Amino acid sequence: MSLLETCASLIYLISAVCYVIGVHMMRSPKTAKNGNLLSGLGMIMAVVMILIEIIADGKISFPGWIALAAGLILGIGYGVIKARKVPMTDVPQLVSLFNAVGGGAAATIGIFDYTRLAAGSGLALAFSIPVFLDVVIGGTTFSGSLIATGKLSGHVPGKPIIFPGSKLLNGLVVIAIIVAAVMMIGFPTNIWYIVLGLVASLIFGLLMTLPIGGADMPVVVSLLNAFTGLAVSFAGFVINNQILIIAGALVGAAGTILTLQMAEAMNRSVANIIAGGFGGGDEASSGAATDVPANITETSADDVGLQLAYAHNVMIVPGYGLAAAQAQHEVAELAKLLTDHDINVDYAIHPVAGRMPGHMNVLLADVNVPYDQMKQLDEANSMFENTDVSLVIGANDVTNPLARESGNAISGMPILDVDKSKSIVVIKRSMSTGYAGVQNPLFSDDKTNMFFSDAKKGLQDIIASTKTYLS
Amino acid sequence: MNEELYANLAIFVLSLLVGFEVMSKIPATLQTPMMSGANAIHGVVVVGAFVIAAEADNMYFYILAFLAAFFAAVNVAGGYTVTDRMLGMFDRPTGGSKKDDKSGGEK
Repeated sequence: MSLLETCASLIYLISAVCYVIGVHMMRSPKTAKNGNLLSGLGMIMAVVMILIEIIADGKISFPGWIALAAGLILGIGYGVIKARKVPMTDVPQLVSLFNAVGGGAAATIGIFDYTRLAAGSGLALAFSIPVFLDVVIGGTTFSGSLIATGKLSGHVPGKPIIFPGSKLLNGLVVIAIIVAAVMMIGFPTNIWYIVLGLVASLIFGLLMTLPIGGADMPVVVSLLNAFTGLAVSFAGFVINNQILIIAGALVGAAGTILTLQMAEAMNRSVANIIAGGFGGGDEASSGAATDVPANITETSADDVGLQLAYAHNVMIVPGYGLAAAQAQHEVAELAKLLTDHDINVDYAIHPVAGRMPGHMNVLLADVNVPYDQMKQLDEANSMFENTDVSLVIGANDVTNPLARESGNAISGMPILDVDKSKSIVVIKRSMSTGYAGVQNPLFSDDKTNMFFSDAKKGLQDIIASTKTYLS
Repeated sequence: MNEELYANLAIFVLSLLVGFEVMSKIPATLQTPMMSGANAIHGVVVVGAFVIAAEADNMYFYILAFLAAFFAAVNVAGGYTVTDRMLGMFDRPTGGSKKDDKSGGEK
């Protein structure tokens, strides 16, 4: 080992330690931000070190510099601008997009090394096996994550897409991947087999993600994130770089655990999610207004304003509809109006409210909702009995009392006990069901008043009427 | 099995175990930022883009090197930026109440 190699190995080791400690620190809200910064510091160290290494090595050609610099500058520019400008409601699809390109980069590295080395005499298994895994996993996450991005942003229909013959096509693609594996490993001088493997894995990614409903997409994004970690790790085997192996495996394992936790919070199993066909995505919840049952009570912005103005304790229950309507500013404004008049306002936040676990907290924090007003499930449930008005905004399944009973799609899911509060107002666009497709008896409860409106428009009207009663 | 492969495999397996261990139960609040943070870490693939750019010697390879560098740079730069933005919201001075809740996330 030369001095430079020794330095490089040590620097990579330190940056790996930064990632591990960074992830560890991100488990607690107090240290999370510093954890991310520490992990970023590790990343900068690794990049500076590889830059020094290739300069010292001196093999890189002038066009090589151009290609590298152009790619980096354009990529950093695009990534940073996107990340800075994205509204907080659109973060999930952005993370999925970043995941797609990560998988794409890993696959590209595999293709590069395979096509460069395959021209020579046979390749060792130690090379051809990881290169196959790198390209196939990377290709799958690339196309799969792009579809997930499309589904979350509405460019691809959120409902499960199942077409005739999809099972057969799936089988053919799997066979193609196996053939590519055998040929790439057995006859590594023919570069066309890696093309077959790449194309088959891209189609596989599409077929895997299309049948999955929009509601399950967050879990899929997390799963694909773990896959990309593995692809990066195998890319590390291919180019014999240990920092890629360590960081990739770390993300692969940590991402798997995170995926399981997310699925658990949503009361779904990962296997069920991958099997697909569950839920209707955005369309179901915004779908055509089904007939309004006779036993529900409709209300107006004026009545809601009156109710709120004379309440002592108000609990706001935000859901997906609030995120979709981007009504977080309005909800914060209403809450501030009420607190300024000495009415207690809290938010009951279900773990899976919004687009994905924890997303609602991010949305509300973005509009300066004080952290101490955001109550998590257990704490909120202990407060409902003393709540005068529960204001449910675009939430459905997470408030459904049927979850306490057995024999339906949401049985056993932890819910917010909104039905225990003294009165309930539900702002919702229509009577359509939530993602789980289960009717919600809360809406026909005697204590419940339904206010049919878009969350943003409805809240604006309620703010106006509340003001008149408070002044 | 050669020594290099064995060393890499050992590192791979041990890193997986570290990953499993380091990610014990985390609060739902932090699951989205955590996913984004992990996403940024696999942006380390940018190191691989440097490695292949150094080996590229014809147009086909330059294009691949460019693609890898572009993809990886979007991943790493965007990933850290958006994670930092998300987490920044938790320790911002709170707007509604003037309470100095430095600790932010005890509940």
